[in-house]
Amino acid sequence: MEKTWNNKAWFLVLPVLVLVAFTAVIPLMTVVNYSVQDTFGNNVFTWAGTEWFEELLSSSRFWEAMVRNLIFSFIILAIEVPLGIFIALNMPKKGWGVPVCLVLMSLPLLIPWNVVGTIWQVFGRNDIGLLGYYLNAIGIDYNYVQDPFDAWVTIIVMDVWHWTSLVVLLCYAGLVSIPDAFYQAAKIDGASRWAVFRYIQLPKMQRVLLIAVLLRFMDSFMIYTEPFVVTGGGPGNSTTFLSIDLVKTALGQFDLGPAAAMSLVYFLIILLLSWVFYTVMTNYDAER
Amino acid sequence: MARIDVNHVRHSYLPNPQKDSDFALREVHHVFEDGGAYALLGPSGCGKTTLLNIISGLLHPSHGQLLFNGKDVTNLSTQERNIAQVFQFPVIYDTMTVYDNLAFPLRNRGVPEADVDRKVRETLEMIDLASWAKKKARGLTADQKQKISLGRGLVRSDVNAILFDEPLTVIDPHMKWVLRSQLKQLHRRFGYTMVYVTHDQTEALTFADQVVVMYDGGIVQIGTPAELFERPRHTFVGYFIGSPGMNVMPVAIDGKTAKLGSQRIELPGVPKAGSGTVELGIRPEYVRLGRDGMAVSISKVEDLGRHKVVRANLEGREIAAVIGEDETVPADPKVRFDPAGINIYADSWRVEMGA
Repeated sequence: MEKTWNNKAWFLVLPVLVLVAFTAVIPLMTVVNYSVQDTFGNNVFTWAGTEWFEELLSSSRFWEAMVRNLIFSFIILAIEVPLGIFIALNMPKKGWGVPVCLVLMSLPLLIPWNVVGTIWQVFGRNDIGLLGYYLNAIGIDYNYVQDPFDAWVTIIVMDVWHWTSLVVLLCYAGLVSIPDAFYQAAKIDGASRWAVFRYIQLPKMQRVLLIAVLLRFMDSFMIYTEPFVVTGGGPGNSTTFLSIDLVKTALGQFDLGPAAAMSLVYFLIILLLSWVFYTVMTNYDAER
Repeated sequence: MARIDVNHVRHSYLPNPQKDSDFALREVHHVFEDGGAYALLGPSGCGKTTLLNIISGLLHPSHGQLLFNGKDVTNLSTQERNIAQVFQFPVIYDTMTVYDNLAFPLRNRGVPEADVDRKVRETLEMIDLASWAKKKARGLTADQKQKISLGRGLVRSDVNAILFDEPLTVIDPHMKWVLRSQLKQLHRRFGYTMVYVTHDQTEALTFADQVVVMYDGGIVQIGTPAELFERPRHTFVGYFIGSPGMNVMPVAIDGKTAKLGSQRIELPGVPKAGSGTVELGIRPEYVRLGRDGMAVSISKVEDLGRHKVVRANLEGREIAAVIGEDETVPADPKVRFDPAGINIYADSWRVEMGA
């Protein structure tokens, strides 16, 4: 067929360009605008240059929140990924158990995030919470409001409860796509259970696992709602992650300039990490 | 190597089989002799893969018993049966190199690394992938992958039997021929018991000493390629083997003659025909086209290069005849049936002929 060379096709992407401009580009530019200025309200702005960025990068509060965030992401990945694989491997592959398991697995994912936070906030309370009350009743001193360690445990357990299902569902999808012939061949070849996992199931799950790790990393790095509802960033600053810190700065202290600078740095970090993941994934595809 | 006894094996994929039609394998009772090369030939869905998977232990039969060298293995696992099996579509271990793929079945059984190396190199040579040994298996083409699957089936020399489930489906025609003759050579050299499932008659007839023809969940005939060709026990074997298949026509028997419409056909003997539908079967190769015999009208002549296939109408039914490349169709065509090629069937099963 004769190809026509003109730029009319751009009209087809115009709607989405306009949409993205309104939802992403314009707000982002507003943030850039705030980040280089100072304001005391009344819409009066003064030029601040790179001051906020310098202040932010040298502030221990920022770096502490960042380290907390990285530790949190690392811990939940280290728990959710192996646990998710383990559950997916043990889920039934056929029969009535399949829909039952799938629905059970999907339930936590269907609950709004702030409700998840509220559930665990109540669940862990010493006075009326099922978990908190009985933990203390059997002699374990558990109080997430006062003890930073207990607060971390609560948030991590909550996140594992909330999000392991996602890893399970992705892995399960990878597992059921493996043709029977592979398992049959493995039996013929005398492969052990471990060898079947290592050489058949894991390679076939590799792609979905990459996606699962990417999604869980991004989400956990941007986590806000659940810890905000449960601990509000406390006790002290012990569960103040980047996003909570950001909201405190922007809306609590109304420091628009520093908060904007922080948003941008936060945005760049996530952009960088997404790019790294994207590169890893596409390289992996190219190798195939 | 082992002699494999399949004792009255029946199999159904349903939990509670009642009728005969619930069974994928109605009943198979057969002995695969030690060191024999067998082909299981039949159309799709006739139960050949089911039988193969029962032998290798991937399926447990609903009824019946399986013996290797007289020892009951019905309840043993696939690993314990020590069988090699090659599947229709390539199964490779993506993350391993070609070399490691072939070494896998040996290493799993704790074979010393020196022996592994020797066997793997030998097998790589055989399947012509020696130069690919260090490559990752996932980068290979479909037929190279299938060669790896084949190699993994051949790498162990102590197996009880090697089973092939239409292994050459994805391989291109020239390579098919090469691999098939290699399998044949291997069989001669090492005397493996080999069972080869296929729906391709050429493949079955060239590979096997004994061809087991299956139809609708049962074995209809076991024989050498020549027997299947000359004396098909069932009209299905007649249709299925040969190209074009056997001409089968309903006849009435009267002593040493068969009556087909107004025609009378001389038979080589008196058939011991029972009751039921009686049919006469004759391969196109035994239909002689000439100036005497029964009048036919020619509908089509297909020139296949080596020979011609003549489609003709005899007494209102279509028959095929094979004639030489340089023969011509006479103006007033008539056919004769060579008595040597005539078989009589009662209710689709062949009946013997007396003097």
